[in-house]
Amino acid sequence: MNHAQQVDIELIVNHEKINCRVPVRVNLVDFLRNELGLTGSHVGCEQGVCGACTVEVDGTMVRGCLMLAAQADGSTVNTIEGFAESGRAGHLQQAFATHNALQCGFCTPGMLASALEYLEQGGVADRAAIRQHISGNYCRCTGYQAIVDAIEEVAGQTETTDGQ
Amino acid sequence: MIGESAAHDSAHKHVNGEAQYVDDLAALYQPLYVAIGGSAIACGEITSIDLDAVRAAEGVVDVVTVADIPGHSDIGPVFPGDPLLVERIIEFHSQAVFAVLARSQQQARAAVTLAKIEYREDEPVLDIGTAMERESYVRPPYKIARGEVQTALDSAAVRLDSKFSVGGQEHFYLEGQVALAVPGEDGSVTLHSSNQNPTEAQKLVADVLALPMNAVVVETRRMGGGFGGKETQASACCCLAALFAIRNRKAVICRLSRADDMRMTGKRHGFLNRYEAGCDEQGRLTGVRYVLAGQCGNSPDLSDAIVDRAMLHCDNAYYIPAIEVTGLRCKTNTVSNTAFRGFGGPQGLIAAEALMDEIAFKLKQDPLDVRMQNFYTAGGRDVTPYRQTVETATMPIIVEQLEAGSDYRQRRADIRRFNETSTYKKRGIAFTPVKFGISFTAIHLNQAGAIVHLYTDGSVHLNHGGTEMGQGLFIKVAQIVAAELGVSVDAVRVSATRTDKVPNTSPTAASSGTDLNGMAALAACKVLKQRLAAHASGVFGCDVDALAFDTDGVRAGQHAMSWPELANSAWMARVSLSANGYYKTPDIHFDREAGSGRPFYYFANGAAVSEVLLDTLTGECSVVRADIVHDVGQSINPAVDIGQIEGGYIQGLGWLTTEELVWDARGRLLSDGPATYKIPAIGDTPPVFNVQLLENSPNAEATVFRSKAVGEPPLMLATSAWCAIRDAIAAVDNYQTFPRLNAPATAEEILRCIDDLRGI
Repeated sequence: MNHAQQVDIELIVNHEKINCRVPVRVNLVDFLRNELGLTGSHVGCEQGVCGACTVEVDGTMVRGCLMLAAQADGSTVNTIEGFAESGRAGHLQQAFATHNALQCGFCTPGMLASALEYLEQGGVADRAAIRQHISGNYCRCTGYQAIVDAIEEVAGQTETTDGQ
Repeated sequence: MIGESAAHDSAHKHVNGEAQYVDDLAALYQPLYVAIGGSAIACGEITSIDLDAVRAAEGVVDVVTVADIPGHSDIGPVFPGDPLLVERIIEFHSQAVFAVLARSQQQARAAVTLAKIEYREDEPVLDIGTAMERESYVRPPYKIARGEVQTALDSAAVRLDSKFSVGGQEHFYLEGQVALAVPGEDGSVTLHSSNQNPTEAQKLVADVLALPMNAVVVETRRMGGGFGGKETQASACCCLAALFAIRNRKAVICRLSRADDMRMTGKRHGFLNRYEAGCDEQGRLTGVRYVLAGQCGNSPDLSDAIVDRAMLHCDNAYYIPAIEVTGLRCKTNTVSNTAFRGFGGPQGLIAAEALMDEIAFKLKQDPLDVRMQNFYTAGGRDVTPYRQTVETATMPIIVEQLEAGSDYRQRRADIRRFNETSTYKKRGIAFTPVKFGISFTAIHLNQAGAIVHLYTDGSVHLNHGGTEMGQGLFIKVAQIVAAELGVSVDAVRVSATRTDKVPNTSPTAASSGTDLNGMAALAACKVLKQRLAAHASGVFGCDVDALAFDTDGVRAGQHAMSWPELANSAWMARVSLSANGYYKTPDIHFDREAGSGRPFYYFANGAAVSEVLLDTLTGECSVVRADIVHDVGQSINPAVDIGQIEGGYIQGLGWLTTEELVWDARGRLLSDGPATYKIPAIGDTPPVFNVQLLENSPNAEATVFRSKAVGEPPLMLATSAWCAIRDAIAAVDNYQTFPRLNAPATAEEILRCIDDLRGI
């Protein structure tokens, strides 16, 4: 196989336009981490199971290890750094911290991305629904309870705000 | 010698251009990447090795074999047996043979596959039973005994004799093993390592590179999970990264792929447990003979201490008058097993719980009643098989609270009724306690150091020998420092664990992080505070006793100084604002020869009730509710402690239900990724999960703020789920036969067990 084969891509990452030449076999999360220095997305299992590399591509949360950087050509990508900077995940970040919804923190950016998707799709403070939505993100430390607590709290606040 | 015209410390570096100036450092930080070439067989020897194609591969910068190691090639932590790279003899599949350095991770991994290695393959020993038959051990068998066991068994009203297997467990820390080595001056090297044991990595890197320990610095800011898997197993990545960094004068990253991590690094020990037991007609034990055989893999690693801890926990919370425990350290051609949360304790404890269930089953009693009959109690029934007296006041309170809070009796009755009418779905419930000994059984490891600096702006810098793996150690010790000095927690900054800051540290393991490092930090604060008090009393012209410290600073009557004022004033008066603290756990000792002593400073206690729902047609099973009451002494940080309890229970649940290690007949690990090895996702956790800290229970021993260790003990609370599954299975033949359940209770194992009951 030819590792040297490269392709030009153009994409928007965290509201910034990026033009880059990348090896065709480089996956999206390695590209984000190694080329753009966006190391908030983590490489956990490298097999698309653990969810630590979850990022948003064109409005959908995807596994950064299962998508090639080349496939993201023309896309709009957002990572944990983008969510944090734009304030999109502010409530969630705060709730994760106050509920101790993290321990080693390696899963947190991916978990937060999935939680953000739940909330932005109109998810409510329903534990069963929250459990269903984050079922694709592994956490080896917390036992998940505090994570559900955090998401539930933010969903509850959002409902209240909507009600007003 | 004084008076000798010794050369300038950097003279030799200046004359050959090696002295590093700031602008020189950036180039070092363009890292190169390591990949490790592993053996394709589990047992045998290498007959030829050809790495020409590897060396010629695209992007490859360097290739090393054992011949390229300048110092020791064995990185066994306690006993030898763990070659960094093998010379000829292969003892497990994927054992490291060579390593490659390349410009990219992908290039390194691709190059590894080009090696041409030929082997002479022998038949591997892959299971405990075969190792026992051959008496193949990594360390000698060890026995602890008290009383006349055979007499007790012979005269017992009820006799039992059972064995069951307990599987191992992959740590599956989400951040895999990784180290970054940066070469320094004079052949020195600094490592950034995901590591529970920086001091040991420092020592082993020095050994491998034939350097003194003062030429190696290991720094650990945090780990993306450890669980014991980075106590000894982080060393290999450090050593290889350091070796390449020194050889090539480049920064080097050694990060294992998930598959390599799972194949090449050790796991929790699987066990084969046997008990022969006798009890009276009420179910009270009179004697037990245990044989606990641990699968150690190919080398000793920490297995001696791990099997010892299994032996020291096969009583769990129960008094056994006559007992004999034999611990076997079985050698197999599998990766060398290592520390994992509980460190053998869980595998020993589960034997006691299986025994309690079997007694209850035989006598048709509620298993909780049998357990209560056997608890350690004051007045003659409070001494462990290793002669340590147990504090007996806490467990009854836990049991009482949990029994009421979980509505255990009522739910057990309801479940029995449900099972009478439900043909295919069965429910089960179990109540199990945990008593876990706190201290390293290797007594010398029970020590810690810390340093605390106060700066002239009133901010505090803290550093200690403990490592942060997510468990919340850094915040807990910061809270301790803040409380002792009187500053706010925000004023305390904890820096990364570094071997040149606090030296000769113990691993962050055995649940001891806060107990040891918190006390060391406390000691440093006391020294610092004493100096500050002496200074303030001089400034104010008052007695030291009249001073009051709080987050605003120090006060005495009308006098007051803020923290910045106090710090600055003390500095101007030439008072040292930096202090060291040191702590060693008092009153612990153990005579291993005699199997007697006080190996544990105290015990952590807890109990859990788990209820499961079982589909008897598919073997699918889920925990529908779990209730826990756990004793953390006086909690330093309740949120952190509850997080440890919830996380520990779920990790234990994974170990006992879905996490199954599978090897093929030639010793290749088949479960080498998350697609084939199933750790708990949120759907596997109980939807109803009630966790309570035992209130008003300060540690009877003088631990830091009377708290108790919490890292490992909660993992064993999940034993209740395993016992509940057996309770549900027993309903299949209306509780006529005791189900011979092994762990993990996967769907396949449950179906096997059900078929067994049905005589299929």
